[in-house]
Amino acid sequence: MKTTVVEVAGVSKSFKIHYERHQSLKERLLHPRTGHSEDFSALKDISFTMEEGETVGIIGHNGSGKSTLLKCICGVLQPTSGEIRLRGSLAALLELGAGFQLELSGRDNVYLYGTMLGFSKKRVDQIFDDIVAFSEIEHFIDTPVKFYSSGMYVRLAFAVAVNVNPDILVVDEVLAVGDERFQAKCIDRIRFFQEEGRAILLVTHSADQIRALASRAIVLESGLMIANGNVADSLRIFREHLLGDTPSNEINEHQSGDVHIDSLTTPTGSFDVQSGASMHFDVHVTSATAYSGNFVMEIFTRGGVLVSRSDPQSSPINLRPGHNTIGIDLPNIPLLDGVFDINVGVVDPRGSNVKAWGEKVATMQVTYGGREGGLVELDASIRQL
Amino acid sequence: MDNATSSEAVHEGLAHAPVRVMSARVKLGTRLVNLYSRRELWRNLVISDIRIKYKGSALGLLWSMLNPAFTLGIYYLVFSVVLKNGYPNYVIFLFSGLIVWNMFQNSVFSATGVIVDRAGLVKKVSFPREILPLANVGSAMIYFFIQLVVLVIFLFVFHHAPEWNMLAILPITFLSLCLFAAAVSMVMSAFTVYMRDMKHLMEVLLQLWFWLSPVVYSYSNSLATQLATYHLKFLYFMNPMALVVLTFQRAFYVNTEVHQTTGTHPLIHMLPVWAPSSFLLLNLAMLAVMATLFLIALVIFGRLEGNFESEL
Repeated sequence: MKTTVVEVAGVSKSFKIHYERHQSLKERLLHPRTGHSEDFSALKDISFTMEEGETVGIIGHNGSGKSTLLKCICGVLQPTSGEIRLRGSLAALLELGAGFQLELSGRDNVYLYGTMLGFSKKRVDQIFDDIVAFSEIEHFIDTPVKFYSSGMYVRLAFAVAVNVNPDILVVDEVLAVGDERFQAKCIDRIRFFQEEGRAILLVTHSADQIRALASRAIVLESGLMIANGNVADSLRIFREHLLGDTPSNEINEHQSGDVHIDSLTTPTGSFDVQSGASMHFDVHVTSATAYSGNFVMEIFTRGGVLVSRSDPQSSPINLRPGHNTIGIDLPNIPLLDGVFDINVGVVDPRGSNVKAWGEKVATMQVTYGGREGGLVELDASIRQL
Repeated sequence: MDNATSSEAVHEGLAHAPVRVMSARVKLGTRLVNLYSRRELWRNLVISDIRIKYKGSALGLLWSMLNPAFTLGIYYLVFSVVLKNGYPNYVIFLFSGLIVWNMFQNSVFSATGVIVDRAGLVKKVSFPREILPLANVGSAMIYFFIQLVVLVIFLFVFHHAPEWNMLAILPITFLSLCLFAAAVSMVMSAFTVYMRDMKHLMEVLLQLWFWLSPVVYSYSNSLATQLATYHLKFLYFMNPMALVVLTFQRAFYVNTEVHQTTGTHPLIHMLPVWAPSSFLLLNLAMLAVMATLFLIALVIFGRLEGNFESEL
């Protein structure tokens, strides 16, 4: 039986917003009444559980409460009401290097940060070499961290957090740091954690990252949890409700206006295609009013890797009231064999808001007879010169 | 890395791992258990605190001796040489009270701003926040022991014998002192988050407090004598530092009455003439009060820490 490692039970958090901050004695004496504050609910009655081996993504846009939720789970903030129960050790990558003391050497900081994350000195002793190797700053480990470049600083902090092998790893948009190679290394490490069956809680506003890493996704909007389920469903809800024209608290109605994607069909009714062949899709869209926008299509592998996203700016559409059909031609499909999910959507002319979205409206299967490996056939010609 | 085995072990243990609960109110017992379980962090914070303080200074930790030595020299010059107070072995008298006071002042003064100064950490990393002020108490303890060594050296130099059965009481007194310093440090560090003036206020308050405690002058010259005439002597001992200082002076300086070398009255009572057994009882009572105070301070800190994140 899987052990529940995180249990969030009815957690709410409200903050006082100060309009005028009176933090000195004089100001408090002079303005005993002013400097009024207002309660702001950042989280409203959030409940969910997480089992070992799960990777849960939390997605929502700025101010949706995802960082607050994360801070509550990590224990940086106390919830106003409700409880969070954790089993096992937890390491959080909230802001890398927050615990570092500039005057101390990298070595001292590794120990200080390690114990701050709740691990014993003995544990840090055991993994010290791994940490240094992972961070790639062997030569500077005894240099005070104030002389580190910001990249080195972050690498060292990340290395500590992931090498202490926590039971629960909490990651908050830190994958955006470091150069591309180091990022790849971090993603590798997260995948390795997943294989080991550790629990990972990932917060991001990148749908791509959730798709690539998470097994389940939670969507937050204005402090409310509006979805908690498989990644595809949650992302659809995220797209429809959060990126819609008017961000709204109503959860189920409000189909972000008047455009709806009904279905995606092929003339033959089959979604099987030979690699290198061409394909035609018809997307059926119902619109209540005339609407001019742009059309976008995404193709994903089953593993959640984005293969291609069309450029919405080059595909303007003018929807008439009623039923519309949009045709998509895919000439000489270069994909190798596999099953691919197709998302289509209508976005506004600026490309910033999604008017309608169809997550996984169709699945296409590509068969390939050649000998190339990977995702696409490049048909490279290789010869000795 | 021995991934296979270590991860197996992790998973076996996970089902039985203790559950940590995070809610609006953390119970006092849980707070104490959390504190104890993070003692390694406390130790690391103490060490790094001391390292940072003396980083880059040529004399390093020696300053923790030199600094009080200069203070001592100044007080000696002013009170013994210029004002001619006539206390024999004034250096021993002064130093036995001063090390105690330094311990208290060092902890409280450095702890007052510690939560505000480490805002980045407090807002981002989870650990029992009271460890920060407690670490300041920890480093003050280290400086105390260093200065204690100097005091012992002085005792040898001046051929001054301490009162041995009083020395046995000192661990109790020292524990009370630590608990008291910890209580004040915790409350002050939390208050400062809400009112940044505390740091400046504390500077003044600590000075007043210092001159109210019988460190540079003797108990017989203190307010206690005046208060005694109104039967209000107990008020004087509402200041825990008074008893702490007196116990230390009694143990190291010993002399309760001295023949003054100058002045009009040839004989004065420098220290209370209580028997060591009374000192023991008083100190035990103080320990109980200080332990209670420490727990109350923990509760207050717990109440205040809920809004740290939004106030910092």
